Amino acid sequence: MMHDVLTVFWKEGKEILEMNGPRGGFIRLLIWFGVFGVFLPLELGEAWLSSPAALLLWVWFPIFVVANTTAGTVAGEREHHTLETLLASRLPDRAVLFGKVWAAVAYGWLLTLGSIVMGVITVNLVMPGAFRFPAPLLAAGGPLLSLLAAITAAGIGVHVSLYAPTVRQAQQTLSLATLLLFLVPTFGAQALPSGMRARLAAAVSDLPAGRAVVAAAFVLAFLDAILLAAAAARFRRERLILD
Amino acid sequence: MTEAAIKTTDLTKEFRGLRAVDGLDLEVPRGIVFGFLGPNGAGKTTTIRLLLGLIAPTAGRAEVLGFDTRTEACEIRARVGALLEHDGLYERLSAEDNLEFYARIWRLPPQARRDRIKEILTHFGLWERRRERTGALSRGMKRKLAVARAVLHRPPLVFLDEPTSGLDPVAAASLREDLRSLAEREGATVFLTTHNLDEAEKICALVGVIHKGRLLAVGSPEELKARGGERLEIAGRGLDERVAALLSARNEVLAITREEGRLTLDLRPGADQAPLVRAMVEAGVEVEEVRKTRASLEEVFLALVEEERR
Repeated sequence: MMHDVLTVFWKEGKEILEMNGPRGGFIRLLIWFGVFGVFLPLELGEAWLSSPAALLLWVWFPIFVVANTTAGTVAGEREHHTLETLLASRLPDRAVLFGKVWAAVAYGWLLTLGSIVMGVITVNLVMPGAFRFPAPLLAAGGPLLSLLAAITAAGIGVHVSLYAPTVRQAQQTLSLATLLLFLVPTFGAQALPSGMRARLAAAVSDLPAGRAVVAAAFVLAFLDAILLAAAAARFRRERLILD
Repeated sequence: MTEAAIKTTDLTKEFRGLRAVDGLDLEVPRGIVFGFLGPNGAGKTTTIRLLLGLIAPTAGRAEVLGFDTRTEACEIRARVGALLEHDGLYERLSAEDNLEFYARIWRLPPQARRDRIKEILTHFGLWERRRERTGALSRGMKRKLAVARAVLHRPPLVFLDEPTSGLDPVAAASLREDLRSLAEREGATVFLTTHNLDEAEKICALVGVIHKGRLLAVGSPEELKARGGERLEIAGRGLDERVAALLSARNEVLAITREEGRLTLDLRPGADQAPLVRAMVEAGVEVEEVRKTRASLEEVFLALVEEERR
């Protein structure tokens, strides 16, 4: 099973890197690291290394990348008529599914880790004095939460991709979902009565940061387990062929 | 092993009340090229999907290489190669990477993988273009690459859906030769669907005709052509309407076509031709040429489909 997952992972990795051709892929990485590894750290300065706001950004990075990448997994294979040939091979259903998911997660997570490291270097280059490392909470929580968030995004992405007939439709649905993910809490909080909103803000700011990270990690891990189990149950040859 | 490569019994598949495959009874021996002929929507693709265990039958059963398609589909897919309706190639990847991916799926060891990919790409004339994106290759080259992928792991059974479509005549002839050699030299069974009846006649040891999900006939191309009876083409002077009427009244004659100085008689199977020629001579015809031919596979195929339609 592991060999088969790695085989699909290898193919997906190649496809992701070849998405816009060799030059297009390089330009895409350049833009990505320019924005998230240089521009944003410069804007945030010292906060990049210590503020919980930076942690939220680090969690958001892979969601953005992975959701778009996974959108093309099943819908892309269907649209380009490669799915049936793949399903006619000896690969087990789960190897196909998890090879695709892990490739998208690895891509999104590695880009995030690269951006974090690049950001740390950028901040240190513009701030004089001894080299500054990120706060322990960020150093531990950032990679962990961004990995779990990447899996969440991949889980959602696969579900959308399973139902969407084309990559474009899958990407549109996921863009809408990602937008709602930010708009609903923002406007939801605004809609609360002022007293309740103040109590909520106080509760959030009083929450010990370490515990908040652990709690978030548990919630995401639980969500990931449900999403992946549901995707595994949904990813069945006959259904995929007849869809 | 002596059992058939493919054996189906009353195999049926319904989609929302519509029978795509209707009580298919078929036996394909090992080591031959089998041609599955039928018009669009006849049930060829559904049959291949059923045989690969990609979809479950509504009724009946099928065995492929001795494995049940319902319960042992993984065993079947682990042993066969398939080129389906579409090429199924990853257009962003190179020709070499497309084969590398499937060679990994079939678990060929690294050195064997490299050797086999080089061998097959060279054989299909694609080695020089192995690093190009597949999307940049011509339609015919893609088809060749897709066939190469299907036979990459030397499967004992290979399903090919319209393998020569999009190929130029030279490439198509070369592929036909490859398929024949795959069956003859390597003992593989080739199950192919085609609209090209000339192709089926050239390479298939056995053909099946399917229409509206029902198998109308199975046999060697020669056997099927024999079903169509024989044909007599006569050239000469005096082949007028009177002679045509005289001949059409005879029991041996099924149909007559008359052109300028020529008559074509479609005869019942086993009909004796000498009395017909004698009758023409007695009617005053100066016979210049008499040629005995058989209905082509295409004509038999069209006749079978037409008969089923009626």
